[in-house]
Amino acid sequence: MEIHRFEEILAQHPLFASFDTATIALFAGCARHEHFRAGERIYSEGTPADRFFIVTHGDVALEVATPEREPIITETVHAGELFGWSWLIAPFKHSNDAVALNEVRAISLDGACLRTKCEANPALGYTMFQHWVPHLVTRLRSLRLQVLDLYGVKA
Amino acid sequence: MAAPLPTPDPMLPRRYRVTRAKGEIAGTATVELAPIDGAPMTFSPGQFNMLYAFGVGEIPVSISGDPARPGQLTHTTRDVGLVSKAIVGLKEGDMLGIRGPFGSAWPIEAAAGRHALFIAGGLGLAPLRPAIYHVLNNRADYAGLTLVYGARSPDELLYAEEISTWKSRLDTEVEVTVDHARPGWTGRVGVVTTALPHALAGTDPATIEAFICGPEIMMRFTLQALEAAGVSSDHCWVSMERNMKCALGFCGHCQFGGDFICKDGPVFRHDTVAARLGLKEL
Repeated sequence: MEIHRFEEILAQHPLFASFDTATIALFAGCARHEHFRAGERIYSEGTPADRFFIVTHGDVALEVATPEREPIITETVHAGELFGWSWLIAPFKHSNDAVALNEVRAISLDGACLRTKCEANPALGYTMFQHWVPHLVTRLRSLRLQVLDLYGVKA
Repeated sequence: MAAPLPTPDPMLPRRYRVTRAKGEIAGTATVELAPIDGAPMTFSPGQFNMLYAFGVGEIPVSISGDPARPGQLTHTTRDVGLVSKAIVGLKEGDMLGIRGPFGSAWPIEAAAGRHALFIAGGLGLAPLRPAIYHVLNNRADYAGLTLVYGARSPDELLYAEEISTWKSRLDTEVEVTVDHARPGWTGRVGVVTTALPHALAGTDPATIEAFICGPEIMMRFTLQALEAAGVSSDHCWVSMERNMKCALGFCGHCQFGGDFICKDGPVFRHDTVAARLGLKEL
């Protein structure tokens, strides 16, 4: 029953909607529900990136720790969005902290589970690449704009 | 459409007295001004004035007040040079010389019946505010009102109290995002374009009239995001900025290809300038 619900949720998500039913069923086999309280740390920099998350409710802050100062929030993630992409890239460790800003409900997908399935079926891996790289490129472009500090006083 | 030149002599400043000076974010202040001669200045949202700090110099500054209140002129200025520093430092009772209004306007009245989408970055909210006031004053004439506003950090959100008021209205959608924040900020963090999908959810892109003002790079990327969302280029308007001096198209300082920003702009329909945006030579 729970597998069926995962399939429905994933099939409605823009990043999964164009996958065929069999592939979504495969993703669903690696999925589980998550719940985080406000202020709860979802993961920390340097820890194993064994899962990635699809937020279904609430908001998440992605933070970078700064010595002797409060961390800097570089990005927030909201309902319908994904975070925790380090599961895709060796050494599979998170490069930032994720903190629940309020009560967060999410679906997580087991990265090792997905990687194993992709290694067994490279066509699946390539399909994932085709679907998700555009999303990652969009995020990269956004972060590039942030780095430009557009709203600062012109030098 | 370029506005007719102000009369009688567009090069002659009129004297205004500061009736209120209000500090905004760091290095930025808003002054409210009343004309010494008592004649109100009628302006259209998006137009600018040349502000003359006596003995220091003159700079162009967008009008940021309510067009329905022509007797009170409002300008928000950031301290980035000698003249702007003098203007930011003005106190109640101080005098200022003003020429204007100049330039083209946001076609906000022509957008009646459509969903007005305002996208502002940093101080770009100031030139948009008169158009936002117009829509708020005539809310029933518009299908929708959405403001997407990006700033550097929570401390650098211009008109923060007013934004909260707008956000509390049931007929207005407001999305605020900042580039960076410290813990305690519970709002959105990310560039303006990341807030657009949520802001546009449920709105037919064919009904949108978009008004965009901010750093030119921000506007370029915002226009790309709007195009990807299905908003037609001929329903997107931008406010351009170049070094303006005379404000009348005489001096040529603000030439932008075949246009002068001061007289043909600053507001342009996107498709009329799209080929020039991003050209390094301009």
